[in-house]
Amino acid sequence: MTAPLQKASTSSVQLNLTAKEGLQLLRSMQLIRTFEEQVRTLYSGGVIPGLVHLCAGQEAVAVGVCSLLNTQDIIASNHRGHGHCLAKGADVSRMMAEVMGRRTGYGMGRGGTLHVFDAANGNLGTNGIVGGGIPLAAGAALSAKRRGGGEVAVCFFGDGALNQGLLFEVMNMAAIWRLPVLFVCENNGFGEFTAIEDVTAGPDPIARGLAFGIPSETVDGMDVLAVRTAAQRAIDRARSGRGPSFLICMTYRYGGHHVGDKQDYKDNTEAEAWRLKDPIERFGRWLQEIDMATAETIVALKHGVEDEVRAAIGLAKAAPFPDASDLGASLHD
Amino acid sequence: MTSSRTVTYRAAVLEALFGEMRRDDSVILMGEDIGAAGGVFKQTEGLFAEFGADRVIDTPISEAGAFGIAVGAAMTGQRPVFEVMFGDFITLIMDQLVNQAAKVHYMSAGQFNVPLVVRTAVGIGSNLGPQHSQSLHAWLTHVPGLKVVMPSTPADAKGLMAAAIRDDNPVIFFEDRMLYNLRDAVPEGDHVLPIGSAEIKRSGHDVTIIATGRMVQTALAAAELMAREEISAEVVDPRSLVPLDVERLVDSVKKTSRAVVLDGGYRQYGITGEIASTITEHAFDWLDAPVIRIGGADVPIPFSKTLELLTLPNAERLAHEATALVRGQR
Repeated sequence: MTAPLQKASTSSVQLNLTAKEGLQLLRSMQLIRTFEEQVRTLYSGGVIPGLVHLCAGQEAVAVGVCSLLNTQDIIASNHRGHGHCLAKGADVSRMMAEVMGRRTGYGMGRGGTLHVFDAANGNLGTNGIVGGGIPLAAGAALSAKRRGGGEVAVCFFGDGALNQGLLFEVMNMAAIWRLPVLFVCENNGFGEFTAIEDVTAGPDPIARGLAFGIPSETVDGMDVLAVRTAAQRAIDRARSGRGPSFLICMTYRYGGHHVGDKQDYKDNTEAEAWRLKDPIERFGRWLQEIDMATAETIVALKHGVEDEVRAAIGLAKAAPFPDASDLGASLHD
Repeated sequence: MTSSRTVTYRAAVLEALFGEMRRDDSVILMGEDIGAAGGVFKQTEGLFAEFGADRVIDTPISEAGAFGIAVGAAMTGQRPVFEVMFGDFITLIMDQLVNQAAKVHYMSAGQFNVPLVVRTAVGIGSNLGPQHSQSLHAWLTHVPGLKVVMPSTPADAKGLMAAAIRDDNPVIFFEDRMLYNLRDAVPEGDHVLPIGSAEIKRSGHDVTIIATGRMVQTALAAAELMAREEISAEVVDPRSLVPLDVERLVDSVKKTSRAVVLDGGYRQYGITGEIASTITEHAFDWLDAPVIRIGGADVPIPFSKTLELLTLPNAERLAHEATALVRGQR
């Protein structure tokens, strides 16, 4: 049995997408790309310490899924999570401040990029443990099911987490308890520095969801509309009490595992081929083809996000670092 | 005034669970065989009948995943009591406990709470062998962000379980299965004890015995033996290992000038070492002798009854050591 494959749809009528929504999708992807380009620059300049993991190339997945979620819906993210946080509505200034370790950040500088929590927008956090957010989202789905308000939960994880046993335990429970949760795998081809095919058995990892009777589909993760279409089906299932879904979004990580990774393990031809499918370029072209946007509106949108990110950097740089009085605070409630 | 009557330790914990589940709809139970089966030690009997499958949730044998789900539920409005059937199996939930539950409140600068209880049974003496007999509570005391309680009496078990459920932080509740049938006075109705408060279980003036969990019963038996030799031992039960009521422990040692620390877990790098050094730091000038540590033998807990009980501190050995301490022989 082969996995059901969903072809990317390019019909705005079929998608019921308004021009306003289309521009919002584009802007959201531009914001993530711009935010991370600046994070890279700040990291290289020593303003951001530690390790940062960027998602450039993968923006369509976060935006496609989160554009369909309400504030009360929950997400749990992973180590490559800037996109998920921003797409779910995070404040750009507080995000940037956290990544820079400032007191005005979401975690007052205690977490950094790997631990950005945003309770007001239903974000259970980026996560330093591969697969760590998966059961958190399922737990949020258990809460949602008990409340009966129709909320859903989404966990985002990479292909590396496809080999964590925790995923299968949680998929099993989500299926038997019919939890309103989406398992969204961003398959970018690499778990850290290792190609997925070198460490993953079986002809197609989609079988891992199908084994539990979970509706599962592989999606073009470079096409925001394809992601959105598949996510809409999954969210509808979850909201109507029909349980979990599993999406594998085929995408590509333009950068390394973290900034500074030399990426000797990558094939340049392959990388170039993926860049031709860039989700932002591609969606921008499509918006123009169907007359939802002009080249000028797209440039204006880009300038808008650049201004927003620049302002966030200014605020973060001006913000204080946490001091000794913050060290032990909030250990216990 | 609440009146009390005698009930078993097992029934006392159950009273707290019934009380808290009736009081607060967000309290849910998760674990293996805790539903219609009522728990392998009958420790959840009757809960499923009253609260149903929505609140008394039988999980598959998938401790890591199920506990991770409990953490996510706790972050989003539930108050899960998660049962780990044997204390040895906390190893299976360690990542979700140590790297997620313990840190979420801190990392999120207070945006999220994790109000959950991990309930688990420990204790040597049931011939359960090396993977079902360990008391690994010391591991969890090492992780900032967790609270660790270890009640020694039915009344404390009821009061601390209620407190653990109402606490907005992750609390690990260690109960000794060899105490389940211990019967003692327990207050009826609402009974909540503060977490972090030690109690003097027997007053004395020659030596302080600080004992945890079931070892409190061992210490009380030893104190009885010592009384026949005209030695007066004070028995102090921390009840909560994190936070630790340092003041009450230190006050007792300042009074007696001698201390023995007794714990049922492994001695190496364990509870006894932490408490002994805390006493030394705070009461060095009052001590007439070094603080003595007595813990479980540092071996896997063997199955055969001729070997298993050798790993567990007993009242005779404790009385012997404490008496020697008082007589200046240590």
